[in-house]
Amino acid sequence: MSQPIFELRNVNKSFGPVEVLNDISLKVHEGEILCLLGDNGAGKSTLIKILSGVHDATSGEIFMDGQSVHFARPRDAVDRGVATVHQFGGTFPLMSIGRSFFVGMEPTKKFGPFTVFDRQTANEIAVREVQEFGITRIDDGDRLIGSLSGGERQSLAIARALYFGARVLILDEPTAALGVKEASHVLRVVLEAKRRGLAVIFITHNVTHAMTIGDHFAVLIRGSKAADFRRGEKSREEITDLMAGGEAMAELEAEIEEYLNSQEVNQPAT
Amino acid sequence: MFESLLRRPEAGALLGLIFVAIFFTVFGGKLFLSPAGAASWLNMAANLGIIAIPIGFLMIAGELDISIGSMVPAGSMAMGIACGYFDLPIWVGIIITMGFGVMIGLINGYMVVRTNVPSLIVTLGTLFFTAGLTLFLSLLLTGNTAVSLKAPAWAKAAFGDFYGPSLQVIVFWWLAVSLVYFYFLHFSPWGNWVFAMGGDKTSARNAGIPIDKLTITLFVLSSVSAAFVGMCQTILFNSAQVSTGMSFIFNTIISVVIGGVLLTGGFGSVVGIFFGTITFAMVNQGIYFTDFDRNLSSLIVGVMLLVAVLMNNTFREMALRYTPKKGGKS
Repeated sequence: MSQPIFELRNVNKSFGPVEVLNDISLKVHEGEILCLLGDNGAGKSTLIKILSGVHDATSGEIFMDGQSVHFARPRDAVDRGVATVHQFGGTFPLMSIGRSFFVGMEPTKKFGPFTVFDRQTANEIAVREVQEFGITRIDDGDRLIGSLSGGERQSLAIARALYFGARVLILDEPTAALGVKEASHVLRVVLEAKRRGLAVIFITHNVTHAMTIGDHFAVLIRGSKAADFRRGEKSREEITDLMAGGEAMAELEAEIEEYLNSQEVNQPAT
Repeated sequence: MFESLLRRPEAGALLGLIFVAIFFTVFGGKLFLSPAGAASWLNMAANLGIIAIPIGFLMIAGELDISIGSMVPAGSMAMGIACGYFDLPIWVGIIITMGFGVMIGLINGYMVVRTNVPSLIVTLGTLFFTAGLTLFLSLLLTGNTAVSLKAPAWAKAAFGDFYGPSLQVIVFWWLAVSLVYFYFLHFSPWGNWVFAMGGDKTSARNAGIPIDKLTITLFVLSSVSAAFVGMCQTILFNSAQVSTGMSFIFNTIISVVIGGVLLTGGFGSVVGIFFGTITFAMVNQGIYFTDFDRNLSSLIVGVMLLVAVLMNNTFREMALRYTPKKGGKS
């Protein structure tokens, strides 16, 4: 396969004496969805923060198009085309759709000697971009973000990232807080992003969602990469077991069985 | 049309203003709306409004500045000491006064940005710090807690004189800066940043907004505005004394909240704050035009504040629920 757009090589991260990430290597290509699975506390959020430039890795390197890059600030990552969409879309509930779409990159026009925010253009672009993702219910750029459903907010945030030239899209638990129907909308938007040639890193603990759209999977356990496999190489049960710590899960099952057996023996006659 | 007006942040303030205006016109009689009567509440609104709008910006951005309570008398004394006691030229006095405002604003801004201590606490500290510093310096430099000042005619005309029946010149300053602030918040690209900051600070920073710089700028703006009001009062009354301007703290916050600004940030408008300030000033001054007991003034302000907050909450809910008709169920 061609060169990966985005690659992590042997990344470690520790906060003082606490080692959070241990020797993580990941690759993601153009038009590919990499699912990063892990239970709570597996180090997913720390990894996202490194990918998006919030934290620096203690050691290890990030490559883009084969070149080593360094993100000192979140802005550096954005400038390189790495966009992160957080769980709640990272948006502003009381701002209008048009305004929040362009936060930090406001379109302006000249009004006499004044530079003014071009509300009309902002609204038009925001509505057009999100509609292209099939979210046709958003048709008024003056509506407040807070009036959108969780899935619509995610979709808007993804549309925003693409509009501003993202090549790598990092999605932090985009479906975690959503209902079944909403989640399927968001998954469709993610697939559309993939179709447009983005490299997507999809972070989740929902195995079903991951298996629906993922091309490539990595499982994080206690800060280490426990498995790395491609679509179709593992079954859902295997993945769930892996996430829960594999052996630990089997052990627990055995214990429960043993317990039940012992209870059976002691059960009073009814 | 009417419904879309209600969804705007200034809806509650506008309705409140209309109600209060009618109320006091009915009970206060013609005098309330006469030029002299209007001047009484416009003067108060102007002195308050010049500070209230920057305070509103800070609240929209998710911060608060109560140090303005001692910044007003500090600005007043700075001018008085510089030009009244030391006989420096007025423009030097202006620079010293504004410089003092900038200094306190920078202290507030840097402390909030660097320490992550809530701005209420930081500015509570600088509130007392500034009050103490003003008293100490006044006694150290002049040996007195009051100074008188004889400002030249041009300075009187520009900063502290009466026009018409009894309208203070500061009313024109208020109208002018309100226009500038209106442009800044609602039409310039920077206004968007203020809203974004109050809505979600982390997202705003990730979107590349220089939130530290913006926060510090807003704190400097509110301090300088307070110093400016103090300075104008000194020039107007030809004297300054070490006093407390604690009423400014609550009065600006009340005006801003009546004006529809959300205490937790992210929502509000300059027009709303403008209306809110007039509403507050009308209630505060209007009571003197009626036959009601003067002591009811605070009671009315309190009721009005609560009603305003409830109304603003309702209108904000309406704005959040709003979906266009053809959008179907959601």
